[in-house]
Amino acid sequence: MGGARRPPLARFGSWLGVLPFFLFSGMFLIAPAVILAYRSLEGPDGTLTLDNYRALTTNTVIAAYSMSIRISLTTAVIGGLIGFFLAWAVSMGGLPRPFRSGLTTFSGVASNFAGVPLAAAFIFTLGRVGVLTALFELIGVDLYGGGFTIYSYWGLSLVYLFFQIPLMVLVMLPALDGLKQDWREAAENLGATPGQYWRRVALPVLLPSILGTMILLFGNAFGAHATAYALTGGLLPLATLLIGQQISGDVLNNPGLGYAVAMGMVFIMGLSIVLYSILQRRSERWLG
Amino acid sequence: MTISTAPIPVSTDAEAPEAPTRRNRFWAWAILILAAVYFLIPLGATFWWSLRAEADKLGFEAYRRLFDDANFWPSFTESVINAVAAIFLSLIIIVPTAYWVTLRLPRLRPVVEFITLLPFVIPAVVLVFGLIRLYGRPPLLLTATYDSSRVLLICAYAALSFPYMFRSVDNGLRAMDVRTLTEAAQSLGAGWPTILRRVIFPNLRVALLSGALLTFAIVIGELTIALFMAQQTFGPYMANLTRSKVYEPSAMAVVAFALTWAAMGTIALITRPGKRR
Repeated sequence: MGGARRPPLARFGSWLGVLPFFLFSGMFLIAPAVILAYRSLEGPDGTLTLDNYRALTTNTVIAAYSMSIRISLTTAVIGGLIGFFLAWAVSMGGLPRPFRSGLTTFSGVASNFAGVPLAAAFIFTLGRVGVLTALFELIGVDLYGGGFTIYSYWGLSLVYLFFQIPLMVLVMLPALDGLKQDWREAAENLGATPGQYWRRVALPVLLPSILGTMILLFGNAFGAHATAYALTGGLLPLATLLIGQQISGDVLNNPGLGYAVAMGMVFIMGLSIVLYSILQRRSERWLG
Repeated sequence: MTISTAPIPVSTDAEAPEAPTRRNRFWAWAILILAAVYFLIPLGATFWWSLRAEADKLGFEAYRRLFDDANFWPSFTESVINAVAAIFLSLIIIVPTAYWVTLRLPRLRPVVEFITLLPFVIPAVVLVFGLIRLYGRPPLLLTATYDSSRVLLICAYAALSFPYMFRSVDNGLRAMDVRTLTEAAQSLGAGWPTILRRVIFPNLRVALLSGALLTFAIVIGELTIALFMAQQTFGPYMANLTRSKVYEPSAMAVVAFALTWAAMGTIALITRPGKRR
């Protein structure tokens, strides 16, 4: 079916098949982003300007971005490490086989269990009257008296890990499967200890995949709005919550600044997706 | 939006695992138990809380109150209808696109892949911001009435499902020999609509179903977009409930977890390797 000598009508027909996709994406994904980009470059008098981006250094904006970045970094690194070891445990740690499929299904569920129900579950566990909080009180540990609250940086990080760890597990399991038995045998034949094998062979091969997935986790936490909203309302300064407040009313006292904050998020998310795909492609060289 | 992944079917012909040493096994158990503690405590605590709505005894009173709540079923039904509409819309857009890109316009593949990744780049809260600014005022006024906003919401959900739907359908198409099947159908005199409807769709059943279920799991309790479009769907209802009631939210969280589990469990079941042999 060479496409070179197709009659014009058929060529038009093949474009017709993808036309709805481009129209729809244009209307509901691209145009909304473009209008925000356009408005972010528009001054109060309608002229083109970069003032809105200069205003990103406003304290409110800096506070929201830095909290978002801190929580995303924390949960990406901790969730990534725990997720990696968990994937290792069920694939190479010598655990009974059913644990692996069980963990895979559970990870599918937990990585999708974000939003209001997740926030509620943690309020019932570690909220002021949560079950665990009460249990700690029984043994004489006053969590909230000691300064802990679920509505804080560490609290929200703890909640986010509930979907971050499973996402890491789901991406790492196939990567670990890609490690070839031959490599280990070759290393052993050359006299390598298991430690040397991991340091010199397995980890270097896995590293792009591990780092790439951690970046994916970063973006995953950075763009999360529903969980944080349901948990804290507006208590915690976060970039997504700030944009939400800006939609409902002009909390920044500058509509243009709201658009710039949104574009800043798109920029960071885009960067993390690009880095993720580059690292993923790199890891496919060995693990593909 | 939160990035989600369906359990990926694992190759059965994986090589024999390394012989685990005793020390490895110890650490594997330790990590698994720690993770189990972290994951099961919030679920257990929520379930425990949901049984305590009546003083001095355990029972399902919280669930009864939840299901009797005047707003529970209307918001839930509305979300189910929105989800089904979004899935349908997404299917009729993505299946022809993935098919055409595989068979007739392979040069377009990078562009299509890039666009289907956009929902990961544009967080839900930014997307709804843009949608409201674009369609919230003339000439493209779509947020004027509740129903027109609802149409916009469904379209947004369909767009959000693109990454999952495209990947799922694309994997399904790779698993079958699209070209041979298409040529066989054409030589028997089938036109494009017939080929899509009677050859491609039936062969993609598993892929379509997993894409649909994943979309359902994501959309059914979606909060952010529905909230800012003032839609009375399940997500905003749950958020409201969490703020206003004491025991019902725990029952709601358990129900939501069971729903997610049902969707994901079905995907794992239908995509299990060896099932189609």
